[in-house]
Amino acid sequence: MKHTISVLVENHSGVLSRITGLFSRRGFNIESLAVGPTHDPEISRITIIADGDEHTVEQIEKQLNKLIEVIKVRTLKKDECFARELMMVKLNCPAEKRSEIMTIAEMTEAKIVDVTLTTVTLEICARYNKLERFTEIVAPYGIIELVRTGTIAIQKGSETMMLKK
Amino acid sequence: MRMKACDAMVECLKAEGTKVVFGYPGAAICPFYDSLMDSGIRHILVRHEANAGHEASGYARMTGRPAVCIATSGPGAVNLITAIATAYADSIPIVCITGQVNTEQIGSDVFQEADITGAAEPFIKHSYLIKDASELPKVFKEAFYIAGTGRPGPVLIDVPMDVQRAEIDFEYPSKVDIRSYKPTTKGNAFQVKRVLAELEKAEKPLICIGGGVFAAHAEKEINELAHILDIPVITTMMGISVFSDDDPLFFGMLGMHGVKSANTAVQECDVLFLVGARVGDRAVRTPLALEQTTKILHIDIDPAELGKNIRVDYPLVGDAKLVLGQLLEKAKPMKHTEWIAQLSEYRKERAFTPAPKGSVDPREFIDKLSKAMPSDTVVVADVGQNQIWTATGYHIGRGGRFMTSGGMGTMGYSLPAAIGAKLAAPERPVMAICGDGALQMSMMELATAVQHDVRVKLVVMTNNRLGMVRELQTKGYDGRETAVFLDGSPDFIKLAEAYGIKSCRVTDQKSADEAIKLLKDNDGITLVEVRVDENAATL
Repeated sequence: MKHTISVLVENHSGVLSRITGLFSRRGFNIESLAVGPTHDPEISRITIIADGDEHTVEQIEKQLNKLIEVIKVRTLKKDECFARELMMVKLNCPAEKRSEIMTIAEMTEAKIVDVTLTTVTLEICARYNKLERFTEIVAPYGIIELVRTGTIAIQKGSETMMLKK
Repeated sequence: MRMKACDAMVECLKAEGTKVVFGYPGAAICPFYDSLMDSGIRHILVRHEANAGHEASGYARMTGRPAVCIATSGPGAVNLITAIATAYADSIPIVCITGQVNTEQIGSDVFQEADITGAAEPFIKHSYLIKDASELPKVFKEAFYIAGTGRPGPVLIDVPMDVQRAEIDFEYPSKVDIRSYKPTTKGNAFQVKRVLAELEKAEKPLICIGGGVFAAHAEKEINELAHILDIPVITTMMGISVFSDDDPLFFGMLGMHGVKSANTAVQECDVLFLVGARVGDRAVRTPLALEQTTKILHIDIDPAELGKNIRVDYPLVGDAKLVLGQLLEKAKPMKHTEWIAQLSEYRKERAFTPAPKGSVDPREFIDKLSKAMPSDTVVVADVGQNQIWTATGYHIGRGGRFMTSGGMGTMGYSLPAAIGAKLAAPERPVMAICGDGALQMSMMELATAVQHDVRVKLVVMTNNRLGMVRELQTKGYDGRETAVFLDGSPDFIKLAEAYGIKSCRVTDQKSADEAIKLLKDNDGITLVEVRVDENAATL
């Protein structure tokens, strides 16, 4: 089962390697990982999609909490957060296919960011599952290149995992 | 006050009350060594950096406070890793200070450069690579705090040479505030109540003590609680010597190499109360079976240990000393006479087997030795058969102390750890017990003991074999014995002579008695070689 784990960490060098090292040495699987600063320059936020049963996720949380530079760990349930991932795909696209791909883009809320004589580059921001489906749909045209950011997530409503000032 | 950063590092150690440090110099740590020279802090020059870590570990175990070891950059720092991993596995607070190449050279593979913070990461509680000298006082304060609080462990401070040479304004912080590190110390009051209720309800309760009791300095509290509630006690290897052997409530060490009384107690109890014990695989081989038949109560300061190796019915996060104190406030005297009588039947005096000519039964020797030595003796067992013989056969007296590399099983630990322990407790007899394999992993430290006049006692069980592996091969690999023969080993008596150490060899009962007398009475460094049958069994 996939779990979305949000981690607030001190914005120090080396923190990311401590976290990825922890996952590999304890045998936890990372599906995706996204890191970036928050509005507090001292704090970075890492979103990890990890695979495992309840016991594994509990251990992941506890082991993460043991790292001195980890400030807070939250496993976000699917219905309590918005989760998004940005993907960009470069497709084979001769002139006669352009309108077809434009229709797909419209239907899937993807954006065309670049067009050449032979290719088109699309950008889509959505949940993990939707990206998987989108990939299936465009695959027949011939994917030349595909890049994803990894999922980020934020809690719904007024809830926050940021520290109170 | 304005001063050189390397002088400030020494001031930090002084502020932490550091009296002794263990280390080995090199170019990248020279500025710090220069400052250390006139500081009044005693420096013990080891003969290998790993042993600096082990000596600090032995020292820390005796004082209960973080101890310091020092190495230079590159190979010096990398040599420390075994000691760091050993301390991490047993939750021993040590602070490792390493030199590093100049900041601007980091990452360019210059001479003696190694990424020690990266390399030590899997085995370390926390580490710092200092790039701004002004952070030194805060980092040192934090390092000692992190090493010694919560679940203790090793912390490393890597200091580039140019940082050591910089000038800073020194003021040692009086307080630590790390927002992401606030170990829970007091137990949740509601959970404490529930745990006590379960202990009172139990018909066959059992307390299992681990090394966490030492880490929390909770020896007194757990003794009191066990006696008030009249609950039998067993220990893991790390918990040995929290109870003395003559305590009627004590039933020995459990596990793969444990004693029958302890293992039977685990099987038959209805409530198992784990105190600072992590249920390692050598202690409980089948946690799944145990959790199905037994209610598990577990105190640990590390929340990650609760439910990691065994499913726990009542987890209690907190410092064992404080949590046991909370339980003691409410505990009322109870009696479990029948249950204790039942367990007492499984206690038996060991029968010793006559050993082949020219050797003695190692268990009989240890039995006799333990009865002759003062009760406050500190015993450091190495790793292998000698460790099990000592763990199960040495009678720990009142005020005695046992230590060993429990989690990591690091061969060669006993001699350096004993040196560290002796420096921390010079008034107590400190004795390392090891095999001929382990001794050859750290016998260079005999020179350290001689140079600094650290009067440790050393018992070497020699059978020219790596006995435990040999036994594994005999039983599990159809007797195909390979790479376990220690031919080429030195004559250990001559070796002792070469170092100017008093020694004798045990080959029969008479020489055994003489050797025990020597160990007991000789105030100087003493080495006793005990000849053991090459096929002697562990259990």
